[in-house]
Amino acid sequence: MSDAVSALAGVRASGMVDLADAGLQGMITLRGDLSSATLAEAVRSATGADVPARRRVATGSTGQALWMSPDELLLIVPYAQVGATVAALETALADEFAMAANVSDARAMVAITGAQARDVLAKLCPVDFSDFAVGELRRTRAAQVAAAIWREGEDDWRLVCFRSVAGYVWGALATVAQPGGEVGLYR
Amino acid sequence: MSHRLATGGRLIDRSRTMEFSFNGKALSGFAGDTLAAALLGAGQTLVGRSFKYHRPRGIVASGAEEPNALVGMGEGQRFEPNQRTTTTELFSGLKAISQNHWPSLDFDIGAINAKLWRFFPAGFYYKMFIHPRPFWKWVYEPIVRQSAGLGKAPHPETRDADRYEQIYAFCDVLVAGGGIAGLTAARAAADAGQKVILVEQNAHWGGRAVVDGAEVDGQPADAWVDATLAHLNGLANVTVLNRTMVSGVYDHGYALAYQRVADHQPGADMPRHRLWRIRAGEIVNAAGAIERPLSFAGNDLPGVMLAAAVRDYVVNWGVTPGRRVVVVTNNDDAYRTALALHAAGVTVAAVVDARKEATGDLPARVRAAGIRVAEDTAIRHVEGGKAVTGVALCRFESDGGAVSETIACDAVAMSGGWSPVVHLWSHCGGKLTWDDARAMFRPDPNRPPLNQDGQGFVRCVGAANGDLDDADEAPMQPVWMMPAQAGYLLRAKMWLDPQNDVKVSDVQLAAKEGYESVEHTKRYTTLGMATDQGKLSNINGLAILSDALGQPIPQTGTTTFRPPYTPISLGVIAGEARGEIFQPLRKTPMHDWHESHGVHWEPVGHWRRPYCYPRNGESHAHAVSREITQVRKSVGLLDASTLGKLVVKGPDAGRFVDMLYTNIMSTLPVGKCRYGLMCNENGFLSDDGVVARLSEDTWLCHTTSGGADRIHAWMEDWLQCEWWDWKVHVVNLTEQFAQIAVVGPDARKVLEKLGGMDVSRENFAFMDWREGKLGGFDARAFRISFSGELSYEIAVPASQGQAFWNRLMEAGAEFGMMPYGTEALHVMRAEKGFIMIGDETDGTVIPQDLGLNWAISKKKTDFLGKRGMEREAMVSPDRWKLVGLETLDGSVLGDGALAPLPGKNDNGQSLTQGRVTSTYFSPTLGKGIAMGLVHRGPDRMGEVIEFQTETGGRVAARIVDPCFYDKAGDKQNV
Repeated sequence: MSDAVSALAGVRASGMVDLADAGLQGMITLRGDLSSATLAEAVRSATGADVPARRRVATGSTGQALWMSPDELLLIVPYAQVGATVAALETALADEFAMAANVSDARAMVAITGAQARDVLAKLCPVDFSDFAVGELRRTRAAQVAAAIWREGEDDWRLVCFRSVAGYVWGALATVAQPGGEVGLYR
Repeated sequence: MSHRLATGGRLIDRSRTMEFSFNGKALSGFAGDTLAAALLGAGQTLVGRSFKYHRPRGIVASGAEEPNALVGMGEGQRFEPNQRTTTTELFSGLKAISQNHWPSLDFDIGAINAKLWRFFPAGFYYKMFIHPRPFWKWVYEPIVRQSAGLGKAPHPETRDADRYEQIYAFCDVLVAGGGIAGLTAARAAADAGQKVILVEQNAHWGGRAVVDGAEVDGQPADAWVDATLAHLNGLANVTVLNRTMVSGVYDHGYALAYQRVADHQPGADMPRHRLWRIRAGEIVNAAGAIERPLSFAGNDLPGVMLAAAVRDYVVNWGVTPGRRVVVVTNNDDAYRTALALHAAGVTVAAVVDARKEATGDLPARVRAAGIRVAEDTAIRHVEGGKAVTGVALCRFESDGGAVSETIACDAVAMSGGWSPVVHLWSHCGGKLTWDDARAMFRPDPNRPPLNQDGQGFVRCVGAANGDLDDADEAPMQPVWMMPAQAGYLLRAKMWLDPQNDVKVSDVQLAAKEGYESVEHTKRYTTLGMATDQGKLSNINGLAILSDALGQPIPQTGTTTFRPPYTPISLGVIAGEARGEIFQPLRKTPMHDWHESHGVHWEPVGHWRRPYCYPRNGESHAHAVSREITQVRKSVGLLDASTLGKLVVKGPDAGRFVDMLYTNIMSTLPVGKCRYGLMCNENGFLSDDGVVARLSEDTWLCHTTSGGADRIHAWMEDWLQCEWWDWKVHVVNLTEQFAQIAVVGPDARKVLEKLGGMDVSRENFAFMDWREGKLGGFDARAFRISFSGELSYEIAVPASQGQAFWNRLMEAGAEFGMMPYGTEALHVMRAEKGFIMIGDETDGTVIPQDLGLNWAISKKKTDFLGKRGMEREAMVSPDRWKLVGLETLDGSVLGDGALAPLPGKNDNGQSLTQGRVTSTYFSPTLGKGIAMGLVHRGPDRMGEVIEFQTETGGRVAARIVDPCFYDKAGDKQNV
């Protein structure tokens, strides 16, 4: 749908790190038994990824699977394909105690890139980033709201929050990433 | 008089002069100075007036313990009171003003209080201001507020010009203090591979050792410090922070550290302060020790300083407090001050030692330097007014009746021994033990503060642990009063707490009046209160109290050590949370459109919802009337996106919703909607909304806007804690959809213009929902009505909400389409007699009170609240129940107005028989309408009762049916 706009409408900023609206993402909340072979197969057909281990992100050929809780994954696929993917998941999991819900429009995603990304995130998130590997994920909070963050690459991070507070999270990130706020905690 | 020495000062750069001002007077110092050092260097010995007596006061200390030298710093948006000159690094252009003086520092009218000291004893305020009662508010308090206190708060409308931030950090070992002990502990932990954060409150490292020229591991202390720091800075597992103070230790190894990032370079594009929120496996307290003053008459005069502070000023900043200094002590350490002064070319008139004899190595070196040592001697009193002019001596073991001699001097360096800085040990419950030999409390290693595993998590090292490195020195002698048997007149001039003007005589009076607890004595006398929290005064004060009570010091104990160690800025506590990001603002997908269309907002939780959309010059009331009239006559749009949307799915979902709601939801056919109520276990109404059955095993539960997160948590609570074996998933889809209500007799025509979904009466009946395309948008439409009009609530993906809203506005243009806000919504639902959670409910109302018996299942064996609403008080006919209210004169009843009855209850409160829960002017009916809870209300239809008005009068209202508009419901069912 060409009328669809992300909550942050493509905004970008630079400071200690580069911040950018990651744009519309197809996101699916998948609740179910993460040890189920049927569910694993459904996740694989949706994303090409395996069911991730606890607090990990699994990346596949057509999407990603993110561990959210012992019975919940977040699947990320292209925005245009989310409807079909949800339908396919529902079909595949019809006989399972499972649920797939399209949450693409309920979220906002920000890309945080740069060598000081961990210092910036540490100003908002009560997380120990010292042993935070690429492909690792945390559900935490960013200042006063819920967020999930993961390390996409060495200096490349993603943060997901609810759509309604995207402006708040953006404002908080841009504020603590202002030049002059260098810390040097994570080197 | 204090002045700058020609040479020396290890921390200053004499090639860089810095101009600053004090009370408007232009002064100059050097780069590397503290403000205190620069003031002393410039000869400014008098820096403030005391709290109660307005006595002249000077700098006493060289660090965080300073009680006197507090100033107001900066101007306008950067003005800040009570800044310690001793911890303020000098910068060019610094502006400071002294505090608590009027009209000027040199001539202070309040000083008359000092002449009246006999009338200001301990507890003066409590004794004086009790009677007559009204005098406190109108006479005493205004006067006390004007004349007492320290600095003045900035103007309330002033906005802090600086920025602040916080950061979370984690480590195995947090070391507080960058002296030799702290550096040693940090190095040991770091070399063992532990993750270390090392913080030092000052800009410089090394603590006392570098000032006193000690040797460490065979190296000069400063060289050792430089090498150790270089080593630590090179390690990836170590974070080294100066200008950072651990301000508090909390449960489970949590600590706050206060970093003064840019205080020394104001206006820099940096955060001024940063608050470190640290979770540490172990906290090492290496905060050192603080020297104690001695209590002798006149010990508060400008020029009387701590002996080690005098050494700091000479060695670090090349500043001396005077040209002729007397050192007074009960220990060997203070002799180092005499030696430092002597080495700097300052005359030391004498060392006055309370001990019978001074025979150690340090006294010998002092004598060898030609300095006189007076043993078994006390300072009887200090002479001088705004500055020291001399000291009168007497025998220490005496009552001070006979002056043995007078020595002319312009400064006094005093030392009463040392107190370990045990605050960080004690904040979380670490206990202390009394060390008789050194007359000090030190950490008791057997009783540390305990962590989550029951293990001690704070360790004290170095002087903070009581290890004073004094093996080569002769023992000190506890001296709590000088001379030992001083008479009353001397005791009334011995300051224990210069910041709060508490003297030896005050504590003794408190003891005499029955104050036995040190905590009570603190509050009664104000000993150890305010910004310094008794860092200098506490031990001396409780020693005097113990003596007066005739008990040993450990039995008296200390007051409680509470964070912060020294004050931290309010700005850093707020961190980034100010202005736009003070708190999260939740925005619907159409938020910006509302904003650009003149919306008047109403806060609903963290959401902003449109209250109404006033047009040019229109009042809110008029806008609300216009919006209602348009909806009732034709069509309007409401942004209902904030409504909670919880999807409940699974094999046990039907059973689950039947437990949550008071009515039956499991029998709802797919494609249909039903209104439902949720109660808590007590039967009290908690939330309401429309439930739609999406599929065989899926229900969509709409909640109130404010209830979405709460009800989601409520559902998860039951599923995770009570019914953990039920197969139900709940997903909160509140934000996935933009939900727009298209409301009014022309609503169907607007949707028909969009095309797609069949919205006809025949194929899309009232309380149905349908999924399909509307104007090309993926839509789920619900035929539900909260206004009594024909109404479709349509959910589209949030990302397309604005586009869909625009389409509806366009399509509705020919019908005069306009958006309406929450106030119009409220008025229209009140016209229909629909209840609103939070208006008609307040946590004590059951559905039966609201006439909602029809929505309570009698068939279900159980649901949440069922037993609660069967209790005796809930089924009593005497409950207040919902009715409509119509004033006889058509006026609008006051919101929350009570219906009084004659008489009083047992508590002397007026009896009442009802209250207004919702009240509005109805433009549809042209008069005030209201709903209210009235004693046996539904049984009293037609009766007229009185309600209170806001101006204290009464207004008569008739009890009527709560539905004022279209009772048959014809208009919504077309």
